[in-house]
Amino acid sequence: MFDSVNASAIKERVACFVVWLGAAAILCVLMWIVFDILMKGASQLSINFLLNAPEDAGRSGGIGTIIVSTLMILAVTITAAVPLALASAIALSEDAKSGPGLSGFVRRSLDVLAAVPSIVFGLFGNAFFCITLGMGYSILSGGLTLACMALPILIRTTEQAIRAVPSEYRHAAAALGLSRSTALFRVILPSAMPGIGAGLVLGIGRALAETAALIFTAGYVTRMPESLSDSGRSLSVHIYDMAMNVPGGNSRAYATATVLVGLLLFINAAALATTRYAGNRGSSHVMSGAIR
Amino acid sequence: MTLSCRNISFPFNADRWLTRLTRLSACVSAAIVLLVITFLLLESWPAFRTIGVSRFITDESWHPLSDRFCLVPMITATALTSGGAVIFAAPLGVCSAVFSQFYAPPRIAAWHRRLVELLAGIPSVVFGLWGLVILVPLLAHLGGSGQSLLAATLVLALMIMPTVALTSSSALSSVPAELIRGGAALGMKRWSIVWQIAIPAARSGINTGVMLATARAVGETMAVLMLAGNVPEMPSAIVSPVRTLTANIALEMGYATAEHRSLLFVSGLMLMGVVSAGVLIAELVRGRRHV
Amino acid sequence: MIRTELLSVHYGALTAVRNASFYVIKGKIAAIVGPSGCGKSSFLSAINRMTDLTPAARITGQIFVDGTDVHSSHQDAAELRRSVGMIFQKPNPFPMSIRRNIQLALKEHGTRRRTDLDTTTERVLQDVGLWDEVKDRLDSSAMELSGGQQQRLCIARAIALQPQVLLMDEPCSALDPIASAKVESLIESLRGRYTIVIVTHNLAQARRIADQVSVFWVRDGAGEIIEQGPTMDVFSNASNHTAAAYLAGVKG
Repeated sequence: MFDSVNASAIKERVACFVVWLGAAAILCVLMWIVFDILMKGASQLSINFLLNAPEDAGRSGGIGTIIVSTLMILAVTITAAVPLALASAIALSEDAKSGPGLSGFVRRSLDVLAAVPSIVFGLFGNAFFCITLGMGYSILSGGLTLACMALPILIRTTEQAIRAVPSEYRHAAAALGLSRSTALFRVILPSAMPGIGAGLVLGIGRALAETAALIFTAGYVTRMPESLSDSGRSLSVHIYDMAMNVPGGNSRAYATATVLVGLLLFINAAALATTRYAGNRGSSHVMSGAIR
Repeated sequence: MTLSCRNISFPFNADRWLTRLTRLSACVSAAIVLLVITFLLLESWPAFRTIGVSRFITDESWHPLSDRFCLVPMITATALTSGGAVIFAAPLGVCSAVFSQFYAPPRIAAWHRRLVELLAGIPSVVFGLWGLVILVPLLAHLGGSGQSLLAATLVLALMIMPTVALTSSSALSSVPAELIRGGAALGMKRWSIVWQIAIPAARSGINTGVMLATARAVGETMAVLMLAGNVPEMPSAIVSPVRTLTANIALEMGYATAEHRSLLFVSGLMLMGVVSAGVLIAELVRGRRHV
Repeated sequence: MIRTELLSVHYGALTAVRNASFYVIKGKIAAIVGPSGCGKSSFLSAINRMTDLTPAARITGQIFVDGTDVHSSHQDAAELRRSVGMIFQKPNPFPMSIRRNIQLALKEHGTRRRTDLDTTTERVLQDVGLWDEVKDRLDSSAMELSGGQQQRLCIARAIALQPQVLLMDEPCSALDPIASAKVESLIESLRGRYTIVIVTHNLAQARRIADQVSVFWVRDGAGEIIEQGPTMDVFSNASNHTAAAYLAGVKG
């Protein structure tokens, strides 16, 4: 019996060591990647880099036009996806059961949509938006395709945020004789804003990181886009092109990657700060605002 | 009193419209996936008609310009890279979750979780870039050019690990505290509690995480495109260059014509089928367990 | 058997228990009573070092179990918890079979042979009066048992480790009256074989089964022991006014 007690003590120590080792390994790899990107890319960053257009197939010049294209694509995505996601989430949150029936079907479809690979979205976007709807390689096609991709996650987070609003608010609103739509727009949605905002940020982050879907919908062009029907290249597509198709483009790829990762970090930090701020402000404002 | 009269008639209409509009939106959202499937089917139909399903397996190689359409090397590459990635990522992800839930002091645990979320947010092209510039030359020492099955599998594992880690972490934190306390009160040591009580109790959440990660690995395009090499042939060794289904689509879409293009849609349909099946099975399993 | 000297339990800036000096003689049942929120559970958790699981918890003062300081370097926490078992208010069997519930910790603490495990399982289930009810379904899930059965199972798995002390935190308060009565008579039957410390809200229960009583009360923001002694003395002749009023049902 003495031996087996000792054996369990040894097992404990080994397990502890392995778990810490695993966590350290993850940390090391992450640091490796982040530092590599930052070190190789940060040296090339300058205002000129961020504002000028790429030259010499991107080996020199900047990424100004690409940033503009990226922002335009994002704008299309948000404009198309957010209202639809909000409305759908409201519908889903009203329905309590998630089993058979309409809401179950909707949820399952969205779960499948969420799992569809990005390249398949690229195929779909190409066939539907570019060819069938005749938009061609354009920022509009790219933005709409990304909207389809972002939709499931936006709906999921928005619905969660709405459901997280304490039911006491709903009861109070009903007891005050407020209609459901008033209660929704004046009490529930404002209270769910931080969660909805956080979900939006998540969706934007996902969209920014997208590459495969954009290659076949928004295209490769590096010129400054004049309108939504112009083709445009996003930051992530530029990184891919520089790394794989343009010999000697690696350094520019790193610089762009630094910008992209920096942008993502900034957006995430902003979201975190907003959530905390909104949480601190408290929800008492919400209720008094509704009665007015 | 006039206020309440207005409230009685108006909201009735506004509420009705609200319900109609939101339900319609939900249906539109649900319809998108059907739209995707429809277009995939429409575009792949020519390939089914002129080439036929059996040839995807029985043709001798993938040379579309010479009328050879065997998808098996690509399917194998996808299976190997995804499978390999999951084998690496699942234990590492669970280890990370166990670390942040049970072993790390609270502040370190919070930082660790933030780090993993950061890792989850890094775009796949950036992983591909890093892999291409740093990992590939290192792996070249093992033979070949470095762009290989191994390179793609390793980086893919890194990419999907956060998915497993974050889902497992929330599954572990949902294990009722009484179970943990019960184990501690019986004098069980930390690893025993984790291995014999916590992980089994969190099993369904962990499995969901692994399935999600697998789906992500199967569908990943950019990183494997940049790291797996570009050879549409069966791999002979772990350092052989391969091409996955996703990379195949990405590389050839640009110049594919008619039948060839249609065939790429077929592989897209295949990918969609595999991934959807995974999602639906996961939901079925989860549904059964709750009953 | 158990002795604490000026034991205080702090959670960060909050003091839950202050200067509790407590004792219980081997084989006796000690009841800890008092209104809600006066630190009774914290006090109990300190004895088998369950407070270690809460990062912010700090203990001052000393706790002795069978003569050994529980915080001394010679004392291993896991071994302490084998010998000082704990039963919680809400029954918390593991979501596993009845057999595995009992044998999991047994195996951990060194019993390996299948025959030994099964013999012990039967013995403890007999002791808690569950054997006849479950002997045909030892491999079915413990979650299928009723609340009272689950609590008796928790007691069984604790005594399977052959402890010297059993700490019970309101073991009957989550159970219906019939189950509660069964558990209470079980606890009484364990007198002599184990030293038992039971926290209870139920003054009548304390009066029925305890050999000694300690009354906790909140003073200056922390829980203190205001009255302590043999049950009959404390209930009929408490020297502290507040304690007397509480025990008579007037206050708290």
